[in-house]
Amino acid sequence: MSPSVPDSFVTAESISEKVKSGEWSAVEILDKYLSQIEQHESEVHAFNTVLEGEARAAARETDKRVASGETLGPLAGVPIAVKDNLCTKGIRTTASSRILENWKPPYDATVVQKLFSAGATLIGKTNMDEFAMGSSTENSAFGPTRNPHDLSCVPGGSSGGSAAAVAAGFAPISIGSDTGGSIRQPASLCGVVGVKPTYGGVSRYGLLAFASSLDQIGPFANTVRDAAIVHEVIGGHDPKDSTSISEPFPSFLDGLDHGVEGLKIGIISELMGGIEGISPEVIGKTREAASVLSANGALIEEVSIPASLYCLSSYYLIAPAEASSNLSRYDGVRYGLRVQGETLAEMNINTRTNGFGNEVKRRIMLGTYALSAGYYDAYYGKALKVRRLLAQNFDEVYSKFDVLLSPTSPCTAFKLGEKTSDPMTMYVNDVCTIPSNLVGHPAISVPFASGNDGMPIGVQILVPPMQEALMYRVASTLESAKSNEQ
Amino acid sequence: MTEPISEEEVAHVAHLARLRLSDQELEIFTRQLGAVLEHAKDVEALQLDGIEPMSHPFPLENVTREDEVGEMLEREKVLDQAPAAEDGRFQVPQILGEQP
Amino acid sequence: MNNNLKDDWELIVGLEVHVELGTKTKLFCGCVNQFGDEPNTNVCPVCLGLPGSLPVVNEKAVIYAMQLGRALNCSVGRSIFARKNYFYPDMPKDYQITQYDQPTNMDGYLELPSGVKIGIERAHIEEDTGKTVHVGSTGRISGSDYSLVDYNRAGVPLIEIVSYPEIRTIDQAKEYVEELRGVLLALEVSDAKMEEGSIRVDANVSVRIEGEDELRTRCEIKNVNSLRSLGRAIEYEANRQIDLYENSEIPSQETRHWDESDGRTRPGRSKEDAEDYRYFQEPDLVPLNPNTETIEMIDQGLPSFPSERRMQLATLAQMDVSEIALIVERGHDGFAAETINSGAAPQVVIKHLTNNLSDGLGELTPTAFASLIQMEESAELTSTQAKKVLGELVLQGGRPQEVAAQFGLEAVDTDELETLINQLITDYPDEWERFCGGEKKVQGFFVGEVMKSTRGQADGKVINQILNERISD
Repeated sequence: MSPSVPDSFVTAESISEKVKSGEWSAVEILDKYLSQIEQHESEVHAFNTVLEGEARAAARETDKRVASGETLGPLAGVPIAVKDNLCTKGIRTTASSRILENWKPPYDATVVQKLFSAGATLIGKTNMDEFAMGSSTENSAFGPTRNPHDLSCVPGGSSGGSAAAVAAGFAPISIGSDTGGSIRQPASLCGVVGVKPTYGGVSRYGLLAFASSLDQIGPFANTVRDAAIVHEVIGGHDPKDSTSISEPFPSFLDGLDHGVEGLKIGIISELMGGIEGISPEVIGKTREAASVLSANGALIEEVSIPASLYCLSSYYLIAPAEASSNLSRYDGVRYGLRVQGETLAEMNINTRTNGFGNEVKRRIMLGTYALSAGYYDAYYGKALKVRRLLAQNFDEVYSKFDVLLSPTSPCTAFKLGEKTSDPMTMYVNDVCTIPSNLVGHPAISVPFASGNDGMPIGVQILVPPMQEALMYRVASTLESAKSNEQ
Repeated sequence: MTEPISEEEVAHVAHLARLRLSDQELEIFTRQLGAVLEHAKDVEALQLDGIEPMSHPFPLENVTREDEVGEMLEREKVLDQAPAAEDGRFQVPQILGEQP
Repeated sequence: MNNNLKDDWELIVGLEVHVELGTKTKLFCGCVNQFGDEPNTNVCPVCLGLPGSLPVVNEKAVIYAMQLGRALNCSVGRSIFARKNYFYPDMPKDYQITQYDQPTNMDGYLELPSGVKIGIERAHIEEDTGKTVHVGSTGRISGSDYSLVDYNRAGVPLIEIVSYPEIRTIDQAKEYVEELRGVLLALEVSDAKMEEGSIRVDANVSVRIEGEDELRTRCEIKNVNSLRSLGRAIEYEANRQIDLYENSEIPSQETRHWDESDGRTRPGRSKEDAEDYRYFQEPDLVPLNPNTETIEMIDQGLPSFPSERRMQLATLAQMDVSEIALIVERGHDGFAAETINSGAAPQVVIKHLTNNLSDGLGELTPTAFASLIQMEESAELTSTQAKKVLGELVLQGGRPQEVAAQFGLEAVDTDELETLINQLITDYPDEWERFCGGEKKVQGFFVGEVMKSTRGQADGKVINQILNERISD
């Protein structure tokens, strides 16, 4: 049977409130989630590391602080699962790669520090595609994660472990990273909420870089409101990240229930059939979501983002280029795996050849090629120009529309092994999510429907940079419309 | 039709990236990289003269920090994670060739 | 020209000078920037390139870079950081953060004491690497068993100053580096110590037949650790290239390493790895874009530079630039000017500063220095005595009159000396006879006797003068 969402489903917000009021103990709450993990983790494999002992100690500490009358943060006693590419001090951080199998960072990522400060309990580190390269979590060196809704299906990726952890009730909240859709696509496939914040909105300090100009960290949650709460906790300016935005963002929670009356919402036509490979079922459900918003007073129109036709190609030049450089440091000298060799160069080669999986090697080579002399202008240089073009397209559309709508994933969760033989088939999974990464805009995937296969379908809501409040407002409207229907 | 990338080029790129490929891998990777580059031909063919490349999604400038001493790591903790260390330093096998 | 090149050949040199900036912390993190500490103690996640760490630019390093740029007459504009990708264990990320097609400083020049202007192509900001020691029988990279890496230096801010190939003699090359040091010291942006590696010089050397317009193939010479080896390395390399051309061979463009012990350059890493550094914009950093006010502020804060200062002092002292260059280089020109303006004789001021004050000025004040020179000029003190007093003023300070009195120093006046010498002539008639007969060594005897009676406080010059007057009497 599938673990699916547990009956006693609660929000992070209510956990925190009840732990702070002393009604529930953090240890009790934690134990509920740990027992769910104990029952189902062997089927799902959402985690690389479950931190039972550490989490218990932290929960006991939380209870003690409540008892002594301390004021705790908005995530007091909330168990949280964190993707295994975020540094956790003294705790194995592997990026699901052999090359870092036993690496223990000497520092916490800024996001992890902020979660701790808010009172959260770190329950484990989640499985992922190696170095976040993939869309199915099948590229993990430690075995794939399975979709809690159907164990024969993938959870999506690369943050498949984090998405599955929330869907399986292993934690009410998890954290992922999104470079080309790695939060939103698995959120859609696992039926949970997933958010990619504005680039620069959440500090990348302590995130093992895949493609630095595209990577953003964001939350998974069961509800839009929970996602917004966690986003407020992990967001904000960080002087350790030069690309971090220093201006404050408006509150994500204040206008959450203000509805969509009068908002102009555009449906991206290229992602509604304009580009091949997006399933008619998904397109149909996205139209339904548009109708729901329209019924709530929004004005819906089709819009065109012409440069979205070139996004996939551009992304698969830019991301590997940055990755090829970011992953050079895994050379067997300072940390992680070393496979011996007679000379330094041999040691480097042995280490990297044995330490990286095929997808990582493929992207390192692709990126190295795209940056190399003679090809830079044709590939990498052109891709950067497409990025500009795309940004101009968005600017134009946002001069007339407040919000954009599209599918999140071109299809529902597919079977394990179904798309592993040909890289291009897998890459197409990111076609709807990549545009936001290229331009650095925020986007959210909200669970909206189920397909004929019974698997979840999410829709994507896009807004201009720093307009997350609006994004959460629209998402919340869609979410409540859906629950009213049921 | 010419292949987008040759086996020689893939071998060269693997060398630059410090990766070793078996003959079979070389063949497979050449085919796979070729497929991705084939797809990228749409971008390659675009007429984009006069468009400014965009490296950063958010146009920030002049982000600096003050020249003040921050937290440093204890040496034991640093070397603790090293595959090999000696005399407070990281140990590496014999280096052939000078620094470029 | 003293190039020691064969006739008809012209030397072409461009220099790449790496300067370590004297900031408190490293370029991209808060680790201490200090030479000589225990290995791997000044490190953090950023400068060790640990996964997840991110760089943030040190504001001071940028200001220093812009100051240097303006001092070298460069245009300072919008700049971006880039990654230079290559594998080497002293580079923690296996890429170096540097500036590539948009450096902070472009198109300037450095004016040498000889008046020649050497064009500067660029002066960009980059991070230093760690240090590798080679363990094994030879202690050198070749033949070592293994190597050990220390990352204390990794991430230290560097400015790389790249000249155009406009240097034509070995002396000019040395002069260029000296002059650059002067600028760095005046700006106080670096301790500029070549022996500790805070200045490192690479030389791009080529040769051509005099009169040719085109540049021929150049070789980049690395590992030059002193001005002397810079001269030797350029000379060796130029002659090596000339020999090749004269044997109808063509030098290949390559990096070569200077070997101080046997005075040769040798080829560096193999060509196979040759330079595909895959530069691209550093996505973890944002552009630097100083506004006009910032540049104006930098310009207003600049000190005066050696070329200007040499001109000022030479004018004031009414001497040739070459005679006072050393004083400017030591930074004693302000002191010299103040002393001269207090009325001291410029020649003597320059003489003492050049010969007797090379170790520093200590407690000496311009006022005391000026009074001392006046005492010497009015023969109150002999030059030997003045030197002794000067030494004491450097150590203890105070007024020269008092120091002279403390030592019991005052020049014996001429009348007294004449009386003494008359007495000696009476006492030693034989010796006087021989002296008058032209036996010069007897002069020493008389001088010695006078010194003995005056406990060394007589002016030797005056004694000789009186003795010679007596002969002619």
